[in-house]
Amino acid sequence: MIQILEFEKEIFALENEIQRLLSLSYMIDSVGDISHEIATLRKKERRMKHEVFSNLNGWQKTQVARHRDRPHSPDYIQGIFTDFVELNGDRHGGFGPSIIGGLAKFESQSVVVLGNLKGRSNEEKIVRNFGMPQPEDYRKARRLMALAEKFELPVVAFIDTPGAYPGIDAEEKGQSEAIAGNLAAMAALKVPLISIVIGEGGSGGALAIGMGNRILMLEHSIYSVISPEGCASILWGNKDKVVQAAEALCLTAQDLLKLKMIDGVIMEPLGGAHRHPKRTVIAVKKAVRAALNELLRIPAEELVKTRREKFRNLGVYEELQEKDS
Amino acid sequence: MSWLDKVKSTAANLGKKISKQEQEDWFGCTRCQEIQYPSKLDQNLYVCLKCDLHYRIDGQQRIRLLVNPDSFQERDVNLVSLDTLKFKDKKKYKDRIKHYLKDGNPKDAIICGTGKIGEHEVEICSFDFGFMGGSMGSVVGEKITRSIERAIKNQSALIIVSCSGGARMQEGILSLMQMAKTVSSLQQLSEAGIPYISLLTDPTTGGVSASFALLGDVILAEPGATIGFAGPRVIKQTIQQELPDGFQTSEFLLEHGLIDQVVHRRDLKTTLENLLSLLKNKPIPKPRAELKEDKKVPPSPLDKATSL
Repeated sequence: MIQILEFEKEIFALENEIQRLLSLSYMIDSVGDISHEIATLRKKERRMKHEVFSNLNGWQKTQVARHRDRPHSPDYIQGIFTDFVELNGDRHGGFGPSIIGGLAKFESQSVVVLGNLKGRSNEEKIVRNFGMPQPEDYRKARRLMALAEKFELPVVAFIDTPGAYPGIDAEEKGQSEAIAGNLAAMAALKVPLISIVIGEGGSGGALAIGMGNRILMLEHSIYSVISPEGCASILWGNKDKVVQAAEALCLTAQDLLKLKMIDGVIMEPLGGAHRHPKRTVIAVKKAVRAALNELLRIPAEELVKTRREKFRNLGVYEELQEKDS
Repeated sequence: MSWLDKVKSTAANLGKKISKQEQEDWFGCTRCQEIQYPSKLDQNLYVCLKCDLHYRIDGQQRIRLLVNPDSFQERDVNLVSLDTLKFKDKKKYKDRIKHYLKDGNPKDAIICGTGKIGEHEVEICSFDFGFMGGSMGSVVGEKITRSIERAIKNQSALIIVSCSGGARMQEGILSLMQMAKTVSSLQQLSEAGIPYISLLTDPTTGGVSASFALLGDVILAEPGATIGFAGPRVIKQTIQQELPDGFQTSEFLLEHGLIDQVVHRRDLKTTLENLLSLLKNKPIPKPRAELKEDKKVPPSPLDKATSL
């Protein structure tokens, strides 16, 4: 079953109509030449898609970003890199199923790849804890970043998580320290780090692999301090106010670019990544190549320095003039 | 005689020192129900005389508690929040800020400045829970960062007293990025070999606990404070189970190896002073090149001890 979002229904109806006419057109004797009608409908379909997808509100973007058929980290790893070798474990007693990591080649360049894993089938979702990392996931990522530094390899991280796991065991094992420790590690990382939000960027749980020299977002991905549901239930006292909350949070890729929180937006094929996974992977590959080309020329100290400066300057405030006293 | 009158009359008989006004202002301890009089509570650093419950104190009180009297000089007083996202829930963020600013000090959820603890000069940052739940937005991030930069410049230790629900939702992604910003600067402090002591008080959660608060060279916590990444309500909703007793308290964190010590409020200053003396006791510098002819070995502070 295809998962059709509310605002996609009209597009799908039109697509069905085109399909119907196409199959009719094979019986040209009975209906006459209808290629003109089909062309007109195709045009209309494109216009409609463009209209819908360039005007998605925050909550609609959230739904697209979470769509089951969007490419996940393994799809990008498979489509962008070769010779992938998965590396596992945090070396402190944890396996870390919600973040996939390993070594791979991008064309001739070895890289370390990290990516949040949500899982697609119900079974896999449970194994991957619905993409909500535990401390061992973050510590595994930290360990792999250290490996990257040791062998002077750039790191490419794919972000797609509802957030860090809120559970008893996660707290016992130090979820806060796990995230904070990663932030500190990334603040000192001497190799290029490229962070790409491919779906959901869920708060600190996403930031924990997100302090890139380049931070990119797919056109219909989101990145937020809290989920629209969480925000609605805390600030509105009503978890149904998700549309308002998503709007208020300014969580779309376009919002973040405007706020200068990210470096670029990767355009998705018309209709969204969930309808065109292969073309989306190619678009991301191009962006990775461009970022790597740029960053591999920069000396290690400069990478650290510019990354720190970039984060140092984030934030908007006002400094009032001292009144006469 | 009603229950209330009985309690009040007992209270009146406790001692003549309790003023009439105070007989009006007393309240029951939220944990043990013991009667609390404001002046006595103040003398006892806002800790219940009977059950040791540590009441929340504000940013200024905290600084008075920790630094030498009259040594504190507040910095970056005039940073105020802006409503970049034009955020509106039930109320506009802009109006919320205005409401807090009307009350005067503090102008945001943290007070930062330079002071002395014993003989040690420190940069100290103290959260103020009264200002939007001590939440971290751009101003908090910038003030902490500036404090870290001053600490590096002046080679003075850094103390951050956390008391915060986490990132400020009304600043959206900007508040999330304050985690990256503060930790970025902390990393530089760490590389400069300057001590950072983190003190966790009730509550320390969310984006604050998952960034600078859990990165202290030494991490201390007040007894009974709630400390954790996710709030207890969120965890309960997610796992659909009751949470164990004492979950996410300071003592729980100590037991799980996440902090160094739980310290009673009355002992905080001396503990900090002692830690600073221990951490800042750098080895004696090696003799400089021009002193080469003088073959005498420079005295070591241990000589005295060994010659005994």
